[in-house]
Amino acid sequence: MNFTLRIWRQQSANASGKFVNYQIKDVTPEMSFLEMLDALNEDLINRGEPPVAFEHDCREGICGSCGFLINGVAHGGQRGTTVCQLSMRFFKDKDGEALTLEPWRARAFPIVRDLIVNRSAFDRIIQAGGFISAPTGSAPDANAILVPKEAADTGFDAAACIGCGACVAACPNAAAMLFTSAKITHLNSLPQGQPQRDERTLSMVVAMANEGFGSCTNHGECEAVCPKGIPLEFIGKMNRDLIRALWHRHREPLVIPSVVQEPFHEHAGPDAEESLTLGTSDKRSDESHVNGNALAKGGRKENGIDHPQP
Amino acid sequence: MLEANTPSAEIERQSDKDFEAKESTVLEARIPSGPIEQQWDKCRFEMKLVNPANRRKHSIIVVGAGLAGAAAAATLGQQGYHVHCFSYHDTPRRAHSIAAQGGINAAKNYRNDGDSIFRLFKDTVKGGDYRAREANVYRLAQISLNIIDQCVAQGVPFAREYGGLLDNRSFGGVQVSRTFYARGQTGQQLLLGAYQALEEQVAAGTVTMHIRSELLDIVIVNGRARGIVTRDLVTGDIQCHAADVVVLATGGYSNVFYLSTNAKASNCTAIWRAHRRGALFGNPCFTQIHPTCIPLSSEHQSKLTLMSESLRNDGRVWVPKKKGETRAPNDIPENERDYYLENRYPSFGNLVPRDVASRNAKEVCDEGRGVGPHGQGVYLDFADAIHRLGLETVREKYGNLFEIYQRITDEDAYTVPMRIYPAPHYTMGGLWVDYHLMSTIPGLFVGGEANFSDHGANRLGASALMQGLADGYFVLPYTVPDYIASTKLDPVDVSHPEFTSAEAEVKDRIKKLVGINGKRSPDSIHKELGRIMWDDCGMARSDAGLKKALARTPELRDEFWHNLRIVGGDDELNQALEKANRISDFLELAELMCLDALDRTESCGGHFRVESQTAEGEAKRDDANFSYTAAWEWKGPGQAPALHKEPLTFKYIPLSQRSYK
Repeated sequence: MNFTLRIWRQQSANASGKFVNYQIKDVTPEMSFLEMLDALNEDLINRGEPPVAFEHDCREGICGSCGFLINGVAHGGQRGTTVCQLSMRFFKDKDGEALTLEPWRARAFPIVRDLIVNRSAFDRIIQAGGFISAPTGSAPDANAILVPKEAADTGFDAAACIGCGACVAACPNAAAMLFTSAKITHLNSLPQGQPQRDERTLSMVVAMANEGFGSCTNHGECEAVCPKGIPLEFIGKMNRDLIRALWHRHREPLVIPSVVQEPFHEHAGPDAEESLTLGTSDKRSDESHVNGNALAKGGRKENGIDHPQP
Repeated sequence: MLEANTPSAEIERQSDKDFEAKESTVLEARIPSGPIEQQWDKCRFEMKLVNPANRRKHSIIVVGAGLAGAAAAATLGQQGYHVHCFSYHDTPRRAHSIAAQGGINAAKNYRNDGDSIFRLFKDTVKGGDYRAREANVYRLAQISLNIIDQCVAQGVPFAREYGGLLDNRSFGGVQVSRTFYARGQTGQQLLLGAYQALEEQVAAGTVTMHIRSELLDIVIVNGRARGIVTRDLVTGDIQCHAADVVVLATGGYSNVFYLSTNAKASNCTAIWRAHRRGALFGNPCFTQIHPTCIPLSSEHQSKLTLMSESLRNDGRVWVPKKKGETRAPNDIPENERDYYLENRYPSFGNLVPRDVASRNAKEVCDEGRGVGPHGQGVYLDFADAIHRLGLETVREKYGNLFEIYQRITDEDAYTVPMRIYPAPHYTMGGLWVDYHLMSTIPGLFVGGEANFSDHGANRLGASALMQGLADGYFVLPYTVPDYIASTKLDPVDVSHPEFTSAEAEVKDRIKKLVGINGKRSPDSIHKELGRIMWDDCGMARSDAGLKKALARTPELRDEFWHNLRIVGGDDELNQALEKANRISDFLELAELMCLDALDRTESCGGHFRVESQTAEGEAKRDDANFSYTAAWEWKGPGQAPALHKEPLTFKYIPLSQRSYK
């Protein structure tokens, strides 16, 4: 098979980028998508041109390193597949055509180089509460904690997230709600996770907004591209847990910064953002705010470029 | 007690007292005295403690954020030390521990099937073909209990029974059900547990995380490890970091074979640079070739994919009886199939340890009975399991693995037998460490796959996760503070001349790599190295083959340093430069592996010397001459390394030839 690869090249975070076309020949169906890029990079090195930078490591769909858009679709379009697992067999009917490769696009994921973006925002969301505090040595016997199979299974389904960021890339709002809800659902489903349940939910939701991600408007694109099949229903679970947490919260109101920024400014920090206040001591639950679209704005970073037409 | 030889010299016992006195500090394993079941308690009781108020004044560098590194960094952070953790990934959650599939062993005996700490200890010593240190293995078996408790408390979603209790399965090479698992993603779930504990400490301010930072050298000040030199992989900045202690948890070196099941970035740079700075390298030739991987399909293939060993619990391994069989597997009648593992090893059958399974697969393929496009494969057949358990049960147990297989091969393993072939997977060898996991450089500790301890010449399934977490959660957090408390540590910062000179060396080396301007890409040289190592230092090793590889590797190294081509500079994100730097270390390590393999003329575990086999073709150990750990000392570029030996004694598990018949 032969393809024209139209690849986003950008030397560094501050450089401007552009699409560059490359011809690649003799691609075999057994090759993985990344092996095709390996072959392209070998060619480029032999020609003295800088190879295309892309992130990858395990090449079996578990480490979460890889990911870019192929013809506008995160991870390339095969259900439940990361781009490293994607075989060129999948593109058999596209022989001779152009494939457009570009990095995840989101304000919270600045481009590092070519197809590589900075996903540290995900780490900061986890730092806010994506853990169960169990200092080493303090644990009771493993079987002292009974976990109903159903809870363990739900927890596992959510814990399968690999943190690749495809959900953000696919979302028209660049929301990180599928990612955040997966961790919240994992930990909140388990008995061990109950003591920190409310605090975790509140902190992670706030952290998510602070990073400049948008919010869910039920498009479902995230679930469609998630290589681990994390379902949209976890976002619903997260929202229910948020209401629960607000209900339990008797003290100060919760301030969730919303990311309403049109147009996008490079240096706009939390100060430039509007804030949304949820839950007060006298108004314990405010479902309309939470489930409505009050949080759902912004987050999509265009980087001043044309989006390719698939 | 110690011996030193140049590798080519014949091994003789040294009785020179002067020599012993001079070198005896080098290989002091610090194994506590007393009965084995009390040694770890005794050791912990004798340790010195650091006052909680003083802990934040001590800084600890942890390199690597996989199971061992993240667990150690998080735990030391919880204890109150100031920890700096380094990872070359964009986030610590990417470490290759994440790809471990099958499970983690613990001697909980929840099945009431005869398991115990002592049995796990025995299985591990025996499985390692009597080339591991008894004291370390016993401690590992003891700690296995705490690990499961710890992980469950963190919310690791292990498989459960309907009553809410933990489920177990039996796993590669043992006869009890002691393996805890989380579907086929146990490594992922354990790593995320450690990652979350680590991030909690980052938020608490006890751990500073340095991402996209790769270690390029260790800095020794007054004989002690006091810091590291790193490269920022985005900007190319070379940076120095000083601390009281350095912990390496940087994984194994299977990528010396180019094609392995390891992640693409997995490398030996950290341990190799430490080796060049004086840390002895233990048993470099002990590598594990995993029996259940997807066979090679094309010349462009960039890595091999492991199919969890748990598949051997229900799958039956076979090849056609006839050489050069051309029929499709389902057309070959039962009486023309050779279920060679079941036939040769009736009591363990398909569950023989990895080294035995791999070697047998190679043997039948060498006989011309291999299957698949290149004849490099054997069948792993689930037809019986589907008939016995039903399709749904098989799907529930192995569905994700069958899917991986389908993706790569375009074949449906529910209807056509899988094809599998061995692939490099794990390295038992690594930096030599004592009972405290300290290398021969004081203040340099090594955990997880990066050290040589615990697995001897062959690792049992579900034991890598156990060892990584044991080192990280429960050993290093005791032994590192003990070192801090019992050592007078002079204040040292990065302005010290040792840092300045190490930094200059690193910069020179990078400039040199970028400036070669030859014709060959890093990958093309790596592939060539991989072929040399796979052919002559892989599953079967011979005197002639190893000598050939030893002649070839220096030539290839020379080619590398004269004909490498890297496009782009050293002051930017440059993945070709990262690769080249790692390959430069593989090219040196490869030679040491071959030397070690040549020197050890016995067969043991994963190290199979064709000259040393039993009449039935099984590995034949030579306990009289080789019951020791080989610890190699770097003597400088172009110099033959020196061999030191740590004698191994087996007081609790009497030496016997392994038999899985």
